[in-house]
Amino acid sequence: MRLTVNGEQRELHSPPLTSLLTALREELDITSPKAGCHQGGCGACTVLVDGEARRSCLLPLAAVDGATITTVEGLGAADDLSPVQAAFDEHYAAQCGFCTSGFIMAATALIDRTPKASREEILAGLSGHVCRCTGYIKIVSAVEAAAKGDVHPDKVEPSFEPEEAAVLIPGSPA
Amino acid sequence: MTATSLAEAQVIAPTSRAEAVDAFGDGSGVTVLGGGTILMPEMNYGRLRPERVLLLQNAGLSGIAHNGGSLTIGSMTTVAELEQAPEPLGTAARNVADHEIRAQATLGGNLCAPAGGSTPRGDLQAALIALGAQVKTAGKGGERTEPIEDFVAAPDGRLLLEVEFEEPKRSGYAAAHRPHAHAYTILAVCAAETPAGLRVGLSGAGRHGLRARSVEDALAGGASAADASQKALDDAQTQNDALASAWYRQRLLPILVQRALDDLGGGK
Repeated sequence: MRLTVNGEQRELHSPPLTSLLTALREELDITSPKAGCHQGGCGACTVLVDGEARRSCLLPLAAVDGATITTVEGLGAADDLSPVQAAFDEHYAAQCGFCTSGFIMAATALIDRTPKASREEILAGLSGHVCRCTGYIKIVSAVEAAAKGDVHPDKVEPSFEPEEAAVLIPGSPA
Repeated sequence: MTATSLAEAQVIAPTSRAEAVDAFGDGSGVTVLGGGTILMPEMNYGRLRPERVLLLQNAGLSGIAHNGGSLTIGSMTTVAELEQAPEPLGTAARNVADHEIRAQATLGGNLCAPAGGSTPRGDLQAALIALGAQVKTAGKGGERTEPIEDFVAAPDGRLLLEVEFEEPKRSGYAAAHRPHAHAYTILAVCAAETPAGLRVGLSGAGRHGLRARSVEDALAGGASAADASQKALDDAQTQNDALASAWYRQRLLPILVQRALDDLGGGK
């Protein structure tokens, strides 16, 4: 199976009924989509499939052959965040971080299909995403700011070098 | 024979309706994958190791066709596409899970899904039963058309192709509020005045959607909405499950039936 993942053509060899989530994480080593519940209930594995937010745990590889996949790795870099990423940083919208990738991908798709989304539309649009730190207020405020274009990416300073962080927790599943 | 590894499964992806019907055959040994929102967790957790999987996404089975006052909806139409369908189907569709799941889940999956664990699924079934929908399926003996309440009671061995119904004159909807976006509906009641008369459908009152014939008959016999609503208990097959007890559902059911009938009064 062939996929375009974050702008790169990739050929995958996992069995066709492997979930896209498992293939991304275990075959391609793309670990921003998190394996929370494996049944579509938490939202942490959300990625963009041809521009639309989808649960990567609910898609067999066979169903996305030829598709274009975007994960957080393909949105922005530490020194060049996407508007939603910058808004999450500015509003302290991440605590433990496990749900953050899913929220960021879902919010990116939400703003894409509903520019200037209202708070109510954001609440409805993100209702399938769970934050077990319960930091919903800051998450919704961040998405609201991103929807209004009220973000300041130039103010965001990378707080660490990604390479250093990887060394801090050896063996971490990231 | 059951495969033991996902890698052993044969995946067939028909590119037309005829190919899909042909590949399904009499359905033996075939697992049909629509949107995947119900089957993928089963495979992810190792509870399902299918032998042959029919992937329907390119089989030309999706879309809504209007023909006068009648609608034909393909089985691979997503729940999201049904959000603007005539009531009470539109409301039932908007109450399914969240935006992303609705964009992937299909009508066919909703109508064919077996009860999960002990939780009833199929939030759209009450609406389509109230609408008096007819379903067209393929399988052993060829194609056939039957009332939806018969189909959801025994969907095995049939490949769902499409659902057809007439737009109702009026409709009503009432449901228990769900505690979380992803919980299945505890109980939902739909009512519709169809060209063939007033019909009432229930989701969550049994292992699949049920038609509340006792309520319909009582109303046709001149009973008040309050009295007719009590009759729903004669049609229900309520069970205890993770969402609610049978006790709770039995107390809630007549109230929701009455609310759906009240909604019908003022509804379009």
